Amino acid sequence: MESDLVTADMVEATEFPQLATRYDLRGVPRTVANDRPVVDGAMPEQYFLEEILKSVG
Amino acid sequence: MPIIQERDQEKVRGRFASLLKPVTVVNFTQKFECDFCRETRQLAEEVSALSDKIAVEVYDFTDDRDMVEKYKIDKIPATVVAGEKDYGIRFYGIPSGYEFVSLLEAIEMVSRGDSGLHQESRDLLAQLKEPLHLQVFVTPT
Repeated sequence: MESDLVTADMVEATEFPQLATRYDLRGVPRTVANDRPVVDGAMPEQYFLEEILKSVG
Repeated sequence: MPIIQERDQEKVRGRFASLLKPVTVVNFTQKFECDFCRETRQLAEEVSALSDKIAVEVYDFTDDRDMVEKYKIDKIPATVVAGEKDYGIRFYGIPSGYEFVSLLEAIEMVSRGDSGLHQESRDLLAQLKEPLHLQVFVTPT
């Protein structure tokens, strides 16, 4: 909501096993940013944001 | 058989009393409904029935190609939570269990027009210059 450039999907892994395989999913939640797995589990907002922003220039 | 139990319907109705602006829940399914397509559509319809601020739209992934393009849907079941505009919020697969709470929170967020993020986060996101596509993988709980 804070940027028109951000899109955010929830993906239910058991319904889309091909994506779970593509992103080497072993545990959830796993967050993938621009096709790169970046965060496993939950973390405080500030650190989460730092990690996902590494995926863009 | 409703998916949302009667006592939960009351709770959700109570939460939705604080909704401000209209929200549209857009569901994508298909004629021969896929695994969880029927349940996801039913869930979208039931949720929208719990507030007059929420409208539901149901589209066919195969036939309604213009809407599939508009919302850039690439798999089903898909659920879009849109408000005054499309904020890019998507649920692929059924948002049940803990994700049902995520769905409610998305509806409330969009209706308030407020992400609830810290100011520092908002500032960082406002500086984005390239698209950022997040996918959060979950399993049913």
